[in-house]
This record gives sequence, structure tokens and C-alpha cells, in this order.
Amino acid sequence: MKIIVCIKQVPDTNEVKIDPKTNTLIREGVPSIINPDDKAAIEEALKIKDKQGAEVTVLTMGPPQAEYALREGLAMGADKGILLSSRSFAGSDTWATSLALSGGIKKIGNYDLIFCGRQAIDGDTAQVGPEIAEHLDLPQITYVSKIRSINKEKAVVERALEDGYEVIEVTLPAVFTIIKESNNPRYPNIGRIIDVFDNMSIDVWDEIMIKLESEKLGLKGSPTQVLRTFTPPIKAPGKMIEGNTDKEKVLNLLNNLYNNIVK
Amino acid sequence: MDFNLDPKHQMIKEVCRKFADNEVETIAAEIDETERFPLETIEKMGKLGLMGISIPKEYGGAGAGYTGFAIAIEEISKSCATTSVILVAHTSLCASMIYNSGNKEQKQKYLVPLAKGEKLGAFGLTEPNAGSDASNQQTTAVLNGDHYLLNGSKIFITNGAHADTYVITAMTDTSKGLRGISAFIIEKGWEGFSFGPPENKMGIRGSSTTELIFQDIKVPKENLIGKEGQGFKMAMMTLDAGRIVVAAQALGIAEAALEESIKYVKERIQFKKPLSKQQIIQFMIADMATEVENGRNLVYKSAWLKDNGKSFGISSSMAKLYCSEMASRVTNKAIQLHGGYGYIKDYKVERLMRDARITEIYEGTSEIQRTVISSSILK
Ligand SMILES: Cc1cc2nc3c(=O)[nH]c(=O)nc-3n(C[C@H](O)[C@H](O)[C@H](O)COP(=O)(O)OP(=O)(O)OC[C@H]3O[C@@H](n4cnc5c(N)ncnc54)[C@H](O)[C@@H]3O)c2cc1C
Repeated sequence: MKIIVCIKQVPDTNEVKIDPKTNTLIREGVPSIINPDDKAAIEEALKIKDKQGAEVTVLTMGPPQAEYALREGLAMGADKGILLSSRSFAGSDTWATSLALSGGIKKIGNYDLIFCGRQAIDGDTAQVGPEIAEHLDLPQITYVSKIRSINKEKAVVERALEDGYEVIEVTLPAVFTIIKESNNPRYPNIGRIIDVFDNMSIDVWDEIMIKLESEKLGLKGSPTQVLRTFTPPIKAPGKMIEGNTDKEKVLNLLNNLYNNIVK
Repeated sequence: MDFNLDPKHQMIKEVCRKFADNEVETIAAEIDETERFPLETIEKMGKLGLMGISIPKEYGGAGAGYTGFAIAIEEISKSCATTSVILVAHTSLCASMIYNSGNKEQKQKYLVPLAKGEKLGAFGLTEPNAGSDASNQQTTAVLNGDHYLLNGSKIFITNGAHADTYVITAMTDTSKGLRGISAFIIEKGWEGFSFGPPENKMGIRGSSTTELIFQDIKVPKENLIGKEGQGFKMAMMTLDAGRIVVAAQALGIAEAALEESIKYVKERIQFKKPLSKQQIIQFMIADMATEVENGRNLVYKSAWLKDNGKSFGISSSMAKLYCSEMASRVTNKAIQLHGGYGYIKDYKVERLMRDARITEIYEGTSEIQRTVISSSILK
């Protein structure tokens, strides 16, 4: 079994600052981490590797520093790391990103499963995984919370819904997007960290190596335009209407509405 | 010159930080209060590769050197010095002594399981009459055919009651003074090996500190480390490197005290504004931060010297001396900044101050470090 896990290096904060002029994220001085959903995707792949054997490749598109995220994936137990990095990739939106990643995946070849995280904490679009599935013409299951069983032909998984989950059987190869609630990613072993830095290398591929024209990539290949960014207004917390009987609760509710809204 | 952590050490730091936050900090106050030895943490540290962090891969270790070791101890000590002292005694003393001076068979039999975290180690040098004057050993080992007969006792031994493997020193030739001291590996469960009651300590209260009692223990000849008479020298060599991680432990405790203080003075309102708006408070924080930074530079430099095969003994003594006394000063100030709350056990700084104090005493007191440093300068 061959599993490719697409990961993204993101700034480690929920309060990322935005440059008001360019409407892009200010990354300076913010420590970088593997996007939490993506880390869960690595863990899910490694669980399959532990149980039944698999070759796990971590793949990312990003600047040269993103190599560190790949090495963390290797330290957790992945077998190979591939970095898509080139000037041509800069400024990519989700479309251009998923195209580049699909190019990387095709070059790796022979895969049974593609894992992505549900969404990245710095973009929150949740688009890249599904778009990869479309580029590669593969079935996709989003919001995967549990893999029940898997073999070379098919998998049975649980897909999280707002108030429960559905069980889906799918033929492989397929694309899953994994949610971080599905597991607790393991700590990288320290001896393995030493090995990863001293004895393992990361392949770096550019657009030529993944056979894509630079016009389709990066800013040029990105149909998305950021018009405006803003902080959503904070919603006031909800209020519990109490009462000993249903009747009392309804009365309290009406009083509340009258006093706060009508009056 | 480069003061940046390289990416490999950066990752070790991040992993240890996360591990300490999730697995160590969460039980630190409880194991201090109840004097509980955290066996479950030892198993987790083994899995992470911490128990043999500085031991090379060929013997089951992580091969992260003393830089990796110091970083790990620093991060864990920020959460819990009880947990870090278990590692210090196990790895930097017991396992390192076997790694430095043991033969092939001893390494396979004892070092590998220690480095993998399958067995816990302890190191017994101190005796009731041999503290700072460690050469005044009264424990004896008398050769008797294929074994030595071991008699005597060791006091204040970390991991004492819970270890499986012990590196201990004893006199094999009382006429030769410190050149008559030899080192041995002994195992828990051997006939004649027993323990005193646990010590009731001021700090690092979850750690195990006990007396080891030897009554006619038959130690096989092959458990002699190195040659007869080399025990004292080997123990001193081991302690030289051990001081780097005791310094790192003190550093971590001080860093935690500084972090707690920064948080507290920003939150605590008196005279209608946060304490952090008072200049005298600002200057205390500045002094604490400067001392911590100083300490970190000494620790990392000592580790760097050791990992690069350079002479590190004086540097590690300086790091140990400075960081331990610095940790006492910084934790003391942290309590002051917390006012009455700092004196109450609900606040972490109370434990930090008690834990800091031991670092000025074990693995060579401050007075002994000053003696070592000055004699190397004034010789
Ligand atoms: C919690 C704990 C854990 C320990 N763990 C271990 C362990 O795992 N293994 C182990 O072998 N030991 C261990 N020890 C022992 C520790 O290393 C000794 O306590 C320490 O070396 C000091 O020895 P002492 O207690 O006999 O004090 P003493 O040597 O009696 O010292 C008393 C005071 O006199 C000073 N002094 C002594 N000689 C001189 C001198 N020549 N010049 C100036 N001042 C001097 C000392 O600095 C100190 O201030 C531990 C101790 C404790 C408390």
C-alpha cells in the first residue's frame, strides 16, 4: 500500500495578523507548525503503516523552509518527503495549489490513497483536498473521522457530519480529507529526529519536474482575487432561559423578548 | 559563530515542549504533593527516546548528544524537576558511566536496556561519610574467587528504590586512598541488597531518594567497570558531563519561574494598574530575564564543547554553579513578585523555589564547583 499525505506548513496561531495593504498574512516572527488536520492525516496514514504495512510519503508545496514540516512528518514515521518549491508556485490560490500537488502526486505515481487535512488554519477553505480528487479524477471522502477497514481494493470509513457520521465504502485509489478529531498524533521519537536530519534527504521538485506550465501555476494560475478581508463581528453568547416547568420557561422567554426587544 | 539552534535541535525542543506540556506538567503538582514516583512518565519517556537521549544509536540510544540532552532537560524541568532528575540520574550518571567505561558485554547486557528505557538506572557514590569528600569511601568490595563481596551503604541515591541497575563505587584496596576505589554494576534483587526508607524532601518530592544497603552481596567479577582502582576517576569524568544537565535543569526551573512571573505581573492589578506598570517590578523582570539568558548561554556552550570533543569540564562547572544559584535567586524573586499568593501551593512558583534549591547541592555543591574552577585557574 502506498499512501501520499499532503501537508501544509502554517503559522502557529489563531490570531494571525493581516497586512492591511496587501490583504495577506504576516508570517514574520510567528512559529510554523504542520497544519493540525494535516498532522492527523499523517497519523492516520502511519496507523495503517503500523497495522498492515504501507509506504507513506509526505508532500507539500511551499517555500524552502517548508522542508522542516516534511522532516517532522518523516520524524513521526513517514518514509519519504517531497517538496514542491519554485518561484512559479508563489502566490497560488487553492486551484493552483491543488494543480501543483496533483502534478506531484502523478509524478510519485502508483498510489493507493491520498490523504489531506480537512482545511488549513491559515486559509480555512477546505478546497485543496476535493480539488486534488477532481484533478486526478478520483473518488473523494471529506471529513473522515475514522477508517474502519482498508485493503488494496477498498476502504470503509466514517465521515463526520454535524450531528453524527455516515459510513461509506469506497474503491481505491481515493482521496480522503481527515479531521484532527480523528486521532492524537504521535510524538516524533528523538532518535528518529536525529536520523531524519543526519541521514535522510528531501526531494525538491519544480514545475518542470512535475510537467506543468508556469502560466497555470502561482499567482498567474490563480483565479481567486482577494477583494477585502475583515474580522467577523463577535457574536454575543447565547442565553439560557430557565424555569421549573415548560409553562414557566415559555413565560420567561416571552418576558425576555418583551423586555429586551419590544420595549 | 552561530547562536541559533540548528533545525534538528529545534525539533527536539518542540517535541520535548509538547511532551512536557501534555504528559509532565499535568501531574507535576500532584506528584510533588503526594511524593509519588511517576512510573507512567518513565515509560512514556522511554518511548520518546529520552531515556537514552545522549547514548549513541548502536547501544539503543537516540544519539542526540549533550546539546539534545540539555535541551530536553531544560524543557522538562520547566514543567517538573522531579521528572527531570529521574532522567539526569538514569542517563547522565548510570547509563553514561557504563557507556564511557564499561566493556562490550556490559554495554550489551546493561546499557542497551537502560538506553531503551526498559530498565531504570541509579548511581551510588555518596555515603554518610563521603559527600563532598567522595573519595572517603567506606563501602568495600573484596575479591573472593569469581566474585567480589560487597559491604557498606550509599545514601541519598536518586531513583534508589525504583531502579533495576545500579552503578556504585566501593574500596577494593583501602591502602590506596582514592586509587583504591572501583566501580561496579549491581542489580536489584541480588541477595544482600536492601534499601532504607525514602527520604522526606523539601523539593523534587516525587523523585525517589533512598539509602542503598549492601550486606555480603556477591558481585560477579565481570561486573567490575574498567579496572580496579579506576572507579573514582571514572565517576568524576561522568559527573563532569552530568553537570551540564544539572545546569540545564536549574535553567529550566528558572525559566518557568520567569514565565510565571511575567504572566502574573501583567494580570495582577494593584493601585489601579497591573504590577508590570511599576518600574521596580519591570527592573526585577529585566534582571531575572538577563540571568536566565546568561545561564542558557553557559549551558549551551558547555554542551557544544562536549559534543565537539573539546575540553568542557570547567565550562560545565561554571554552568552548574551559575545556573543553580541563579535558579534560586530567580525563583525567590518570582515568589516575591507573586506576593502572598506565591507562598501558597496553588501557585507553581512555590514548587519551583523548593525544587531549585537542590541544584546547588547535588552533583557537587556550589563550594565544590568554586574549588574546581579556581584550582584550574590558579594552578
Ligand atoms: C535529593 C538528593 C539526591 C541525590 N542524589 C544522589 C545520587 O543519585 N547519587 C549520589 O551519589 N549522590 C546523590 N546525592 C548526594 C549529593 O551529591 C551530596 O549530598 C552532595 O555531594 C553533598 O554532600 P553532603 O550532603 O555529604 O554534604 P557535605 O559534603 O557534608 O557538605 C556540607 C557543606 O560543607 C561544604 N563543604 C564540604 N567540603 C568542603 C570544602 N572542602 N570546602 C568548602 N566547603 C565544603 C559543602 O559545600 C556544603 O555546603 C543526592 C543528594 C540529595 C539531597
